[in-house]
Parts: sequence; structure tokens; C-alpha cells
Amino acid sequence: MANFYLDNPSLKHHLQHPMMKRIVELKERNYADKDKFDYAPVDFEDAMDSYDKVLEIVGEICGDIIAPNAEGVDHDGPTVTNGRVTYAPGTQQNLEAVRKAGLMGIAMPRRYDGLNFPIVPYIMAADLVARADAGFENLWGLQDCAETLYEFGNEDQHKRYIPRVCAGETMSMDLTEPDAGSDLQAVMLKATYSEKDGCWYLNGVKRFITNGDADIHLVLARSEEGTKDARGLSMFVYDKRNGGVNVRRIENKMGIKGSPTCELVYRNAKAELCGDRKLGLIKYVMGLMNGARLGIMAQAVGISEAACREGLAYARERKQFGKAIIEFPAVYEMLALMRAKADASRSMLYETARFVDMYKALDDISKERKLTPEERTEMKYYGKLADAFTPMGKGITTEYANQNAYDAIQIHGGSGFMKDYACERLYRDARITNIYEGTTQLQVVAAIRHVTTGTYLNRIREYETMTYKPELEYLRKKLVNMTNKYEKLVAKITEPKDNEYLDFHARRLVETATHCVFGYLLLQDANADDSFRRSAEVYINYGQAEVNKIESYINDFSIEDLGFYKA
Amino acid sequence: MSLRIIVLAKQVPDTRNVGKDAMKADGTVNRAALPAIFNPEDLNALEQALRLKDANPGTTVTLLTMGPGRAAEIIREGLYRGADGGFLLTDRAFAGADTLATSYALSMAIRKIKEYDIILCGRQAIDGDTAQVGPQVAEKLGLNQITYAEEIFGVENGKITVKRRLERGVETVEAKLPIVITVNGSAPDCRPRNAKLVQKYKHAKTVTEKQEASADYLELFSTRPYLNLTDWNVADVNADVVQCGLSGSPTKVKRIENVIFQAKESKTLQPTDGEMDELMKELIANHTIG
Repeated sequence: MANFYLDNPSLKHHLQHPMMKRIVELKERNYADKDKFDYAPVDFEDAMDSYDKVLEIVGEICGDIIAPNAEGVDHDGPTVTNGRVTYAPGTQQNLEAVRKAGLMGIAMPRRYDGLNFPIVPYIMAADLVARADAGFENLWGLQDCAETLYEFGNEDQHKRYIPRVCAGETMSMDLTEPDAGSDLQAVMLKATYSEKDGCWYLNGVKRFITNGDADIHLVLARSEEGTKDARGLSMFVYDKRNGGVNVRRIENKMGIKGSPTCELVYRNAKAELCGDRKLGLIKYVMGLMNGARLGIMAQAVGISEAACREGLAYARERKQFGKAIIEFPAVYEMLALMRAKADASRSMLYETARFVDMYKALDDISKERKLTPEERTEMKYYGKLADAFTPMGKGITTEYANQNAYDAIQIHGGSGFMKDYACERLYRDARITNIYEGTTQLQVVAAIRHVTTGTYLNRIREYETMTYKPELEYLRKKLVNMTNKYEKLVAKITEPKDNEYLDFHARRLVETATHCVFGYLLLQDANADDSFRRSAEVYINYGQAEVNKIESYINDFSIEDLGFYKA
Repeated sequence: MSLRIIVLAKQVPDTRNVGKDAMKADGTVNRAALPAIFNPEDLNALEQALRLKDANPGTTVTLLTMGPGRAAEIIREGLYRGADGGFLLTDRAFAGADTLATSYALSMAIRKIKEYDIILCGRQAIDGDTAQVGPQVAEKLGLNQITYAEEIFGVENGKITVKRRLERGVETVEAKLPIVITVNGSAPDCRPRNAKLVQKYKHAKTVTEKQEASADYLELFSTRPYLNLTDWNVADVNADVVQCGLSGSPTKVKRIENVIFQAKESKTLQPTDGEMDELMKELIANHTIG
């Protein structure tokens, strides 16, 4: 009888953000669907009420079905027989529940049977599902591929595929290969066009494909014979109904064990082109990955939340030396910092989701009509912010999910090392989040541009000028001080114009910017709702100390020191 | 074949997680302190109805509930899961009904609905635990009845095949329609609310609720007729007012005893005859049993 939406008031706080008014207005095109669909909202309040009610369903399914199934799913895992995957019984039950509840295709337009929800409530559902079972979030979250199909596929493809996703068919994105992981330019899966049959055929192998036996696949393949780089790659849609792809094996993983990670063999698998040739990696997969990274951020936030709750419950109930261990400073400090990291991660998740919502909604409108100059500026502004915040958020929130899961075990002591408590599963599940969809190191590569070009600094300075209650002013001052340090550090590292030196310190600079951003986001939360005050205080104290540490490291570091680190 | 199904459902106080203030000083249930929920076994019954609907295209599922105005929530909860409509029996004259008066009122409403093949309801409600209303409705309407149903296998040639959960096993029976079936809690859980249906029906209201509601979405009731829920009073279902509510209820509560369990520490017993014997004697002595 648990409801993961209702038992966590911070979700409603994020859902009610003032920017939602504009987001919903854009997404609903002034509520034009209300006369065409009986479930379309008639105005802003009605739309927000619908998000709230649907999230309540998600929360109930998470609390009553997905979370109780998580341990069994982790234990049973999926199996593969004759090239086909069978999910664990608990996974099948979870899928049945989310299908019956109509929770697939949440963000898709109504004309394709979707709910037309903005990214914010969609990603909030992902946050809830991940708290219940991070592995299941993968299967459910892959509905995101429909977004890519919607963005880049043609009308005919929309009509044929999107309603199937909304009806509950699952998707996969088949990108990586044995020799093409982080470096996707090396993809070799071969796509050949047959003039005779008027279609494409795929041949080759893909590895580490999440939910690789999905009903509908998006596949990155080499369509231009003789090419070796990204410009020879195109994106294809493979429909399992056509056959040609078999699952050779599924990986035996450390965590997210309910989610089948497959090695796929393509033998003359019939496929159709999605979008234009040669834009597969450079345009479509980049779009796909940004969406997926937001999904992983939600997964990390869900895990962080679960870790906080597991740690807190145990610390309250476990008694040592005559009192509950939560009364010891060493333990309550850990718990306060875990909560602060989880809250900061969640604020970052929804801030990023809002940016994505803004630019995606405007981009979608631009397909129907010409945008006004103001709208074009708005789209560009939010597109850039989404671009900057996605790698920062994905990079750091997944690290925090790991840290929180680690600390949750630490609070459990020896018991946490046993299989008896959920914290050990969280720890294993968290470990992949800072690896897949681009390691933290690669997120830093994407984020460093926004350090050097000033995207982060500009945004942080915008946060600085917002109005805060007088009693929070001292926290703002701390953040101003941190920002000034950040600005100096960036100047110091970029000044020699040495790329290796910059790359060496890149993560430190991105982390410094992150502490400022996360600090301000929590300050805004605390400004609107006093229950965030504690996390704002704890996080800013922590961030300040981290920035000081980084400052000391960089200031004591000379460019010649690089030599000591080289292999 | 398409079926016409009526599901009898009751809004009950959630007695599964009772706190200190669950009972009032006079020993009656403090309804204000307990959230009002869809009676759990009635949800099992609704799921059986919806499964029949899934398997038999053209089938309609109609909810019937009796209670105060807020019990309209039961009808909405049904619509959110796939029911087609519902009726709320609400009237001061229905208040204070025991199972006899309740089954009378429900049977009159069912006569008013007139066309039906199957009437499904939960085995019993968690606030009274009598399990009498379903069978009484069947008697009043002169219908066949199957109690303790756990699974409905299907309907063919006007006959329904049902698995019953009995104390020491299961029994599969067949009966002719129309019929009343009471569903056991061991039957599958009800499906979740559906996101589209929730958005479609969330503004649905009875006439009484519309009078109370803020004027915001009133125009919707003419453009979306399915949002109008029907409430019936005694006269609407042609019921005899004397047989309804308190006056129609021969059950009188003679005395209510407020039993407070005062568990102190748990005790571990060895599974020996001697210890069991001691335990029995203790339980009889403190009136826990016997």
C-alpha cells in the first residue's frame, strides 16, 4: 500500500515549478486537442491536475508492484532460449501493470495514442520507477526511443510504430559493438540496400544492447561502403516481426540484472532507414543519447532516493551502545549529506528536463509553422542550456547515486554486506549509471566546452541575480564566493592554452561549476519551500569545502607536474 | 457473446491500517479517521468483470453502489479501470441499513437497471465482514448464485463456468445466466487505473456533486455527456421507504465491546505439549479465546 509519488512531497514541488505554465502552453498548443480527444486537458490547471493524477498511478504501481518485485527480479533475471529473451516473472508482471495503466508512450502526441505529456512529468515517472527498481526503469525508459523516431522518422513511420509503443511494445537502441563502445564512429554493422527488394538488410553483431530482444529497434549501421568514420553511419528501424535478429547470449551483470543486456546477431535483417543517410551518428544518435542521458539521470536520482530511505530507516531502527545509531554524529552527517546529494540531483534533473521541454516543444512547433524571432531566441537559449546541463547532470548525479548507495551500505555495517538488505542491490545497480550512455569521463568531455565558453558561468550569474528571502542571503553569499573562485580557476587553467592541461583538470572545473549550480538550485527550492532548507545548508557547506579543495589542488599544481602522471 | 455485467461495490473505511482513533468512545467506527476506500474484494469482483469484458467484445460493465454523496468516487474508480458507467444510490432514507435493507435497496436498483446477465460483487466488505449482501440480492431477485468465486473460466451458451475457493480445496461449477457471483479475495488483484481513462473521467460528477462543485468545468457536462453520473434516491428505484435504511433493518446492535489488545513482550514457546497446554490455559484464562 505504498505510493512512491505521494510519500515524497518534493516531487509535487518540482512539478509545480513556475516554468511549467509556459512549457504546458507550448506542448498543448493552447489546448487545441481538447475537442478531439476525450482525455486532453482544457486548460493549464486541468493539464497539471492530469499529470498529478497519472503520477499517482505510477507511484502506486511502483510502491505496490515494482518495488516488491525488485528482489525477485534481481535474483531470477531474464533467460535466453533459441535466440529469444524471456523476462523474469516479476518483470513480466511489472510490464503488464504499466501497459494496463497506459504508461507507455507518455510523451508521444495524442494522434499516435500517446498522453502528450511534457518531459518533466515523464521523467518524474522515470524517477519513481527507478526508485522502485532501477533495472526495470531501463525497459520502461526505452520508450524514449519513440521520441527519436518521432523527431527524425517520417509520418508513415510515426503511424506504423508509435501507436505500437503506446500500446506497450518495447524498444531498444542498438548502438554499441564489440569494437565500438565509447567510440561509436567505429560501428561496423553493415547495411546494404537491395534494389530488387526495395529495402535495406543488416548484417553483423551488436553487443551490450539493453533489452536487445525488443519489439522495435533503432539501429546504428554503416550504410556507406568503404567509409570508416561517423559520416558513413545511418540510423535504421528494425521490426522484430520481420525477423533476422537473434540474441546470441545475455550478459551476466553485476547489477540491473532484470534488464537483459544482449549480444545480437543480424543475418539479413530487413530494416528501413530512419531519417536521412549519413546523419545516423552525427545527428540522430546524438539526439537519442541526450534523451537517454536524461533518463539515466532520472535512474540515478531514483537510486539516490532509495539509498537515502534505506539508510535512514536502518539508522533509526538499529541500536548500538544503548541508542539508535542515527544519534551518532558520524552517522547523521552521512545521512544529511546523502539527502542533500539526492535533493540536489533531483533539482538538477528537473531543471534540465525543463530546458529540454522548452526547446523540444518549440522545435516541434517549428515543424508546423515558422517560429517568431522571439521564439527562435527562446529555443536557442534553452537548447544550449539543455546541451550544457545534460552532461553535467548525468555526470555528477550518477556519481552521487554511487556515493549514496555506498554510504547506505556503510550505515548498515556488516548487515549491509549481506544479501538480506536492499542496499546491496542498490549499490550494484548504481554502478552502471556512471558508465553507460557515456562514462562520467565522457560527460566531462561534453561539458568542458560549456566551461570554456561560459555557458555555465552565465547561467550561474543568472541564478545569482534572482531574488531570495533575506534569511537565505548568507547562503547566496557563499555561492557568490564559490562562483568567483570558479571563474578564477577557469581563467588559470585556460590561460596557458594547453589542451592536455585543460583536459587534466577538466573534471575539477566541471565539478566546481556543478557545486555552484546545485547550490543555487537548492537555494531556489529552499526559497520556495522551507523543507529544502536543510539540504541547501548541507549541500552548500559541502560544495564550498569541495571547491576549496579543488582550488588548493589546482593552485599548487604546475603544468610540468603532468609528467608525473603519464603512463 | 456480449454480456451485461453489474458490479456491486461499496465504499468502506480502510480498516486494514487502524490507528488509535479508529473507534469512537461509544464503540462505533470513526469514519472520519479512516480513509474511504473501494472495498478490496469488490475490486477483485471488478477485475473479473473487466476480464469478461476483455474476452467478450461488446460487454458492458456497470457499477452500482449505495452510500453518501462522496461514494460517487467508487463509480469514478471503476471508470478509471475500464467500467462503462455506474449508478449511485444515495438518500437519507437508505442510511443505517443492515444487510437486509441494503440488499433490498440494491435489488430494487437492479430491477430498475433491468437488463443484465451477471451481477458480480465481493464476497464481503471489510467494515462488516458479513458476506450476506451478495446472496441476499440473489434471493430477492430469484437468481442463481455462486459464492467464493476465484476465477471465471468463461461464458458459453448462456452458461458460466466458475472456480470456487473452498476451505479445503477448489470446486469448479457451471450455472445458467443470469446469475449473482461473489468473488473471493484470493482472485487476482484489480488492474491499475488507466492514465487515459483517469484523464477522461476525472471530472465526472453526480447531480449532487455538480451543485457543490466550483463552476470551473461546468460547460464540460454538456459537451462530454459521459461525465454525468446518475444518482438515484428511494423514489427513483421505486423502493418502499419502510424497507430501506434503519426502519428496514431488523439487525439491532445490542452491545459493543471495546477490546483493546495490550501486547507487552513477545514470548517464545517450545513446541512441546506441556508449553502448548500452558498457553491454552493462559489464553482461556484471559478470555482471548473461549
